[in-house]
Amino acid sequence: MAALGRAALLLSFGLAVYALVAGSLAARQKKRRLALSAQNALLSAFGTTLVAALVLWSALARRDLSFVYVAQHISKSLPTGYALSAFWGGQEGSLLLWLLILTAYSALAVFLNRRNRDLVVWTVPVLAGVATFFAFMLCFVSSPFETAAAPADGAGMVPSLQNPYMLAHPPLLYLGYVGLTIPFAFGMGALLSRRTDERWLVATRRWTLAAWTFLGVGQLLGAHWAYVEIGWGGYYAWDPVENAALMPWLAATAFLHSVMIQEKRGMLKVWNMVLVALAFNLSVFGTFLTRSGVVNSIHSFSQSPIGGWFLGFIVMCVVFSVGLIYWRLPLLRARTKLESLVSREATFLYNNLLLVALCLTILWGVTYPLLTQAVRGTTRSVSKPYYDFFLHSFGLPLLLLMGIGPLVAWRRASLRALGRTFFIPIVAAVITGAALIAVGLGSSTPGLLAYTFSAFVAASIVLEFTRGTRATGSLTKLVARNRRRYGGYLVHAAILLLAIGIAGSSAYQTVREKGLKQGQSMQVAGYTLTYESIGTTAEANAQATRAVVDVSRGGKHVATLHPGKNFYPVENQVSNEVSIYHDPRNLGDVFTIADGIDRNGTLFLKVLVKPLVNLVWAAGFVFVFGALVAMWPDAVEQRRLAVRYATT
Amino acid sequence: MTLALVLGSLLAVVAVVIVARPFLREPAPASDRLDELGELDRLRLTLAEERDRALAALKELEFDHRTGKVSDDDYRAQLGPLRQRAAEALRALEPRAEATREVPRLQRDAAR
Repeated sequence: MAALGRAALLLSFGLAVYALVAGSLAARQKKRRLALSAQNALLSAFGTTLVAALVLWSALARRDLSFVYVAQHISKSLPTGYALSAFWGGQEGSLLLWLLILTAYSALAVFLNRRNRDLVVWTVPVLAGVATFFAFMLCFVSSPFETAAAPADGAGMVPSLQNPYMLAHPPLLYLGYVGLTIPFAFGMGALLSRRTDERWLVATRRWTLAAWTFLGVGQLLGAHWAYVEIGWGGYYAWDPVENAALMPWLAATAFLHSVMIQEKRGMLKVWNMVLVALAFNLSVFGTFLTRSGVVNSIHSFSQSPIGGWFLGFIVMCVVFSVGLIYWRLPLLRARTKLESLVSREATFLYNNLLLVALCLTILWGVTYPLLTQAVRGTTRSVSKPYYDFFLHSFGLPLLLLMGIGPLVAWRRASLRALGRTFFIPIVAAVITGAALIAVGLGSSTPGLLAYTFSAFVAASIVLEFTRGTRATGSLTKLVARNRRRYGGYLVHAAILLLAIGIAGSSAYQTVREKGLKQGQSMQVAGYTLTYESIGTTAEANAQATRAVVDVSRGGKHVATLHPGKNFYPVENQVSNEVSIYHDPRNLGDVFTIADGIDRNGTLFLKVLVKPLVNLVWAAGFVFVFGALVAMWPDAVEQRRLAVRYATT
Repeated sequence: MTLALVLGSLLAVVAVVIVARPFLREPAPASDRLDELGELDRLRLTLAEERDRALAALKELEFDHRTGKVSDDDYRAQLGPLRQRAAEALRALEPRAEATREVPRLQRDAAR
């Protein structure tokens, strides 16, 4: 069946090239049937890519080790769920997932906008251009359908990837990465067709929100996976692969805010085009970072078959988007200007500057080791203090702006009105700060600031809902009349929970490590942990060793934990298996790691007490709920837009 | 291998038929010209966006006033220019009959 996979991919490549060439010709020469034919080619490319994907999934499910990709990523004893997830576990499969999602999104976006022919006509070649690159890579550079004589067993899967989170985290990230192609293609299509009105923004509003939501949830799932699987007690390490997803998310966040300024005031047209191009280019850059081997070293990058191609494609995309925006600058001039530096639109602008600054400092941190290695031959990298400094410098003001923005009126706000609306949030912030200092939690300045600002933001969100409800008569009416705004406030509430969780679990965490013999105990932040016993059991594809650790607080038993290690014979690797007690009292965790077990039976137990860490995960649910509220269709708005675009 | 070839060929034929469909359905159309926005349509669209922005700004001002973000003085000072802008945008679209018919409904929607 590998031949069918190869044939399907060749067809995808041919169809994408046809959509690119015929679509461009149709757009230039205004040929209606040729334009429709190019659209159909893009739709068909989804069908052929789906066939290729099904061939690979089928090979993984059947453990067909004659596929080199299958033999390199799974073993016969690997559970089926993980075997299927190997689809995105390797480079070739990931590229196929990119193409599959891209063609699916493209087909859907073109179908939903089929009536907006003059807008879609240039969007199709842009989408096809991106699809052509990925189909080319899969056909000629990095094919998942290479075959060889089947070995006795496969190489297996890296133990840390054998986790249920790996079934959802990578596909969600890819749904986000690839989703950013749609607003980019529509934006560039709008520039090419000289349609710089808001039509492209309206057409891609939900696409951007959906991609941004997938990217956000994907990162959060990745953070939870790192927390429970990697076994170091944290959930974000400023790893280049993690940063790869954070950068486009930050750019897309800035875009989602600035787009409102264009809709409300007709301003920031150039900035929005820049942001949509930045978000897309960063998403391709993210894929390049994670898949080219460049993160390990320049040498592995130069040996990687895809590195050079990816770099070339990124340069081409950047030149294309910057050149196009520059070419169409005269069409993007705003006819209105900012009336006051104290207005809602001004706070959106400040928010944008901070988000982009944070995004670019992370980009610099990620590329710095690569540049030093390329230029000087030695790697110099930046680490946690660099990122933490900029997170505090830009993140804390961003947090504060989340509370200020909603309280400021559009166009301009007077000092008197500001004094009235800010009174309660300021009082809440001052009381919180003073209370934290009074109970002895003022030791961490960033933590103290984060909580004080969080109180300000929480009060401002509650005020927005209560004042709005009072003005409209009911909460449901309030949300229904402006779903994007109140959905956005719910997302702000999620970010607030995230900030509180991060500050609590990092600034106020306690870490202890001790060697314990059976029956011995250790004290950590009010908890007593007693090492009871140890045992080994056989699992499906691993040998599991687990210690039994009793956890008590105030002399009362609260949990029994089982930290340990797994040995995977096929992969010949050992993994840390952490055990966690979720304490409902402080919404935190008692996180245990069996760092080592020596021959004398001594358990080297590392314990982290992380207050409020569960708010980080709770934030994910609020985030998704808020995003859904913001995305939910608004009948009144749709009627208004239908009238506006009735004949266009 | 043979099955793969047959399935691959079948897939290719289906793809070619789908791609060629617009030409197969209309071998000799009266017009093959792609619809494109004329200058007048572009102007109308710009005006419609301006009208929607003006009506939305009025709605926002009203809401911000009711929720206390805009003081009475600021409200009075901003209301006049915004109303004037909205009226100008509506007037600019007036020559088109359908636009005139739609105005009351748009205003109702804006007031919601």
